[in-house]
Amino acid sequence: MSLSPTGQEVAISAVKVLVFFGAMLSVFSGMTYVERRLLAFMQFRLGPNRTGPFGLLQPVADGIKLFFKEETTPEGANRWLFVAAPALSILTAFLAIAVVPFGGDVVIKGRPVALQIADLDVGVLFLFAISSLGVYGIVTAGWAANNKYTLIGGLRSSAQMFSYELALGLSWVTLIMLAGSFRIRDIVVSQAGWAWHWNAVRQLPAFAVFLVAATAEVNRTPFDLPEAETELVAGFHTEYSSMRFALLQMAEYVNMITASALAANLFLGGWLAPAPFLQYVLGHNVGLLWFVAKVAGFLFLFIWLRGTVPRFRYDQLMSFGWKVLVPVAMAWIFVTAAGIVFGWNLLVRLVVLLAFLAAAWMAQAR
Amino acid sequence: MTLDAILFYVFGALALVGALAMVAQRNPTYSAFALILTLVSLSAVFGLLGSPFIAVLQVIVYAGAIMVLFLFVLMLLNVKAEAREKGSGVPFRLLGVALGVVLVAEMGSVLAAFRHPLAGDFDASAIEVAYLLFSPQYLYVFEATSVLILAALVGAVALARRDPAP
Repeated sequence: MSLSPTGQEVAISAVKVLVFFGAMLSVFSGMTYVERRLLAFMQFRLGPNRTGPFGLLQPVADGIKLFFKEETTPEGANRWLFVAAPALSILTAFLAIAVVPFGGDVVIKGRPVALQIADLDVGVLFLFAISSLGVYGIVTAGWAANNKYTLIGGLRSSAQMFSYELALGLSWVTLIMLAGSFRIRDIVVSQAGWAWHWNAVRQLPAFAVFLVAATAEVNRTPFDLPEAETELVAGFHTEYSSMRFALLQMAEYVNMITASALAANLFLGGWLAPAPFLQYVLGHNVGLLWFVAKVAGFLFLFIWLRGTVPRFRYDQLMSFGWKVLVPVAMAWIFVTAAGIVFGWNLLVRLVVLLAFLAAAWMAQAR
Repeated sequence: MTLDAILFYVFGALALVGALAMVAQRNPTYSAFALILTLVSLSAVFGLLGSPFIAVLQVIVYAGAIMVLFLFVLMLLNVKAEAREKGSGVPFRLLGVALGVVLVAEMGSVLAAFRHPLAGDFDASAIEVAYLLFSPQYLYVFEATSVLILAALVGAVALARRDPAP
């Protein structure tokens, strides 16, 4: 079978979309199991271990159960938006994967194929745009259910995501400055070399801001106020049942996986090995394995955080976002810009940042 | 028709449908969602016309920031469908129709007189746009705009804080 060049491009893209979609779905179902088991071990429990060997079939059982549950729509709910909200959530969650690279090029039958669906010129900005659309699913879910707890959950989450998006975007600015490009692939390649060329080292403050803001952006503990069960029952998804609930849950996990993949790409050098000679094993490029290992590390970190840190209070959350994260990210942008112009090394940059923050804090405390 | 052309017409139609729905809707929340549909479709049109940077900015600024605030307020106040106001009687409708006819006639005459060639291949990637904005040609206009926005921001804060500070 032979296809025209355009036809080949379309076919390759279609296959890539299917593979990425399938990969995300399987990692999602795996994560529901891994998270419950790991949390259980951290809390000296066993977790789900009855279904299949070590409870490995638990996600399958959960899926079947959710399919056969009754779908309820609360009295007085806005029917259209109530149904549309989970769809909106899952749509924005999956859209974001389109620009995240999973590795460098692989050569299939003499033709290089990028392990990325769309290598956009404005990749980082595209992600920012999609993550800003992610609010709609949650807000709509909260409002359409006609319930005060879901409404408060939805409003809280929109305020939270709105505030932390700013810090998230600011933490990316310095990476774009160093790479000279919005393209995620270029940002990864700009970190080539030993592990201390990674942005997690070169851009330590930005990495710290990013980790906190990303945790808040995907609504994970300690920033899971939209679904704080002690105050809001289950927040925005209180009234959802069956597969609609599963979709909301899936969107949350997919967002977490995307955030991990993004953290690995932007700050840990993506598919690049920590030492250049480890990139090839027996003549094969093992970039994909490095990438998977880094993503898995971040996913573990998210679960670890959930098992360790208690939830923020709402006012603490807001003031932390606006009065700590945003100023630090802003100051770091100026320090990095000055560092590029005057050729400061990392140590000087960090000292300048700390001096700047200390001066700002003292001026504010007086 | 190429794939790009098909997508262009699909998103163009969606943008129009969204705009019409926004005006025709009684329920402000639906109107807001219709406007979001329009903005996102317009962004897709920008992307298809070869300027991904503007496309992404459209979503970040309008759909992602401004409309979220709109929805936030609508949902916080829990605005229900708008009641029919006084002053929507026959004379006002006639006036509206007349003004609409004038608008369509004006736009028609302008479009009919339009003889410029269509925009050719234009590379509006992020770096090109940045070079243009910071070139001597646009630099002062660009910086003046940012000062204008800053002034508007300060003005908004001053208006919101008009009562004597505690």
